[in-house]
Amino acid sequence: MQRGVLKPTVYAFVATAVLGALIVLGSRNLAHFDAALVAYTFAILFATFGLTYRYVMWLQRPPTRLYWRRGWRLLFARGLRLRRLGRGVRRVAADMVANRFIFKRGRVRGLTHLCIMWGTLLAAAITFPLVFGWLHFAPVPGDLSLYRVVVFGFPTFTFPIESLGAFILFHGLVWASFLVIIGVMLAMRRRMREGGAATLQRFAEDFLPLFLLFAVSVTGLMLTASYTWMKGAGYDFIAILHAITVIATFLWLPFGKLFHIFQRPAQLGVGLYKDLGHDGPHAACRRCGAAFTSLAHVHDLIAVTAELGYDYRVEDPAAPAIAALGATTPPAVEHYQWICPPCRRASLALAQGRLWAGVRGGDTLAVAAHPPSARPPTPRYANPGRAEGPLGDEDAHNFHP
Amino acid sequence: MAVASDLHFYVDAARCIGCNACVQACSECDSHKGQSMIQLDLIDALRSPQTAPVVCMHCDSPTCAEVCPADAIKRTEDGVVLSARKPRCIACNNCVLACPFGVPKMNTEMGLMMKCDMCYDRTSVGKKPMCASVCPSQALFYGTREEIERLRPRSQAIQTFRFGRQTITTRVRMLVPREAPARLSVTDGFGDPGIGHEVDEDVFTNIFVGRESA
Repeated sequence: MQRGVLKPTVYAFVATAVLGALIVLGSRNLAHFDAALVAYTFAILFATFGLTYRYVMWLQRPPTRLYWRRGWRLLFARGLRLRRLGRGVRRVAADMVANRFIFKRGRVRGLTHLCIMWGTLLAAAITFPLVFGWLHFAPVPGDLSLYRVVVFGFPTFTFPIESLGAFILFHGLVWASFLVIIGVMLAMRRRMREGGAATLQRFAEDFLPLFLLFAVSVTGLMLTASYTWMKGAGYDFIAILHAITVIATFLWLPFGKLFHIFQRPAQLGVGLYKDLGHDGPHAACRRCGAAFTSLAHVHDLIAVTAELGYDYRVEDPAAPAIAALGATTPPAVEHYQWICPPCRRASLALAQGRLWAGVRGGDTLAVAAHPPSARPPTPRYANPGRAEGPLGDEDAHNFHP
Repeated sequence: MAVASDLHFYVDAARCIGCNACVQACSECDSHKGQSMIQLDLIDALRSPQTAPVVCMHCDSPTCAEVCPADAIKRTEDGVVLSARKPRCIACNNCVLACPFGVPKMNTEMGLMMKCDMCYDRTSVGKKPMCASVCPSQALFYGTREEIERLRPRSQAIQTFRFGRQTITTRVRMLVPREAPARLSVTDGFGDPGIGHEVDEDVFTNIFVGRESA
């Protein structure tokens, strides 16, 4: 087996074994394990294997590995810990909890994601501990009007069975399914009405997760309806139907769109990297001289592109021209990564224009003499209002002038 | 649906008159409403009217996709490099800084990279991209090889670009003189200023003086 496959396989086995051991431990040697839920447990164990395998495989890609290492190293680096922590908390609150960045893409899209995310998280928080036998409710001896919550085999608080709190708690999955159904409906509405979405969406990638979440929620609600109002009519059949939908979702988890749940937290590491890059030394474009990103990012990208098999080193045919511009010779270009994006775009047009000079029509294409001792200026958007548009202030954040 | 294999995107930056029609049209596109993905720069705003329109060149081996840690940039089977997949993009800026043509745009607020996808919603159903459909000087042209050969008999369309030692081939083609080499070395343009006339005399004084003397 190749090392690239062996490593994720080993990690996946270890993660699955650890979860299996925790299930045995948390349910006190399976004493509190609900045998009726065994199919769910095995589906989750399979999903754990698949998710770990894909995650470790994903981390082996050079750019991902680099960000992974940089992210952890920066998190535990000395100095500025409080400030970093503050930024991290803000980022978690804004991006993870409130989905602010999705609201920026559209209010309805933000609401859609918020409903689906919190619905599924709530459902997972309730279901997983129950399925693993980590959580169960035991009657309090001597007072049958009370329930005691037992977590990992340790008794915790008690609460009255006939109370509003108990009603809300025991119907947690109902509230979760309401949230998910609202979210799925909004998402489907967008996917059916927007031309842009219609072109790019794929059944397996975009619709299947919505169908699965909808099926899980509806069959779950049918169970509640059956035992609450229909005296358990068709309960066994609905229970099997519900199990099939839930298990299918778990099995699909490592392969489809829902894997982004596990990828997305990488945004926090990236945020940290960008924050520190913003504060730290900047890289100046070797054509126009403007700072355009952090020095670390340029060095890292040079390493990553080389590892990926690209060779953007520049033997500087323009070195004499650049040197001729001023008394203080700017550093040689050395690597294309040292050129800022606006200068890359300009260079493309200038290189093409150079070929046309003299062919198309004399003076108008003649290259104007450049004043000595000056670098070429940084190209500017021809229409700052529209070309930048809502993307306008990103350049300030990203240094691009 | 796929983009027709006989239809190609041709860029001739030297024909650009900087009218901004492409920029406006691009922002009408369904897949990124209100936001223009085209990059139209004034190369030297103070001294030259030259503008550089840059669309995604849709590389055969896209550096942006390779450096993406989140695997968010996908290339379709018909050779179009799509904008970042929204659930995956983690707004790291790698693609923005690694694209040799300087194409991707990062929206930090949305946590999302957006780039030209050759109007995939249009081209995949046989329509022209928005920018090419409005460009009055045909600096951006979308059509067949026969059409471009008839329209530009003095040009050849190249798809190979050099960035230092790296050679990149693209789906989008650039028009260069027929006698030029079949690959463009982008770094050759580093030291060049923008094309234009030096304004070394005061135009208004000349008009005034001219009138007096007449």
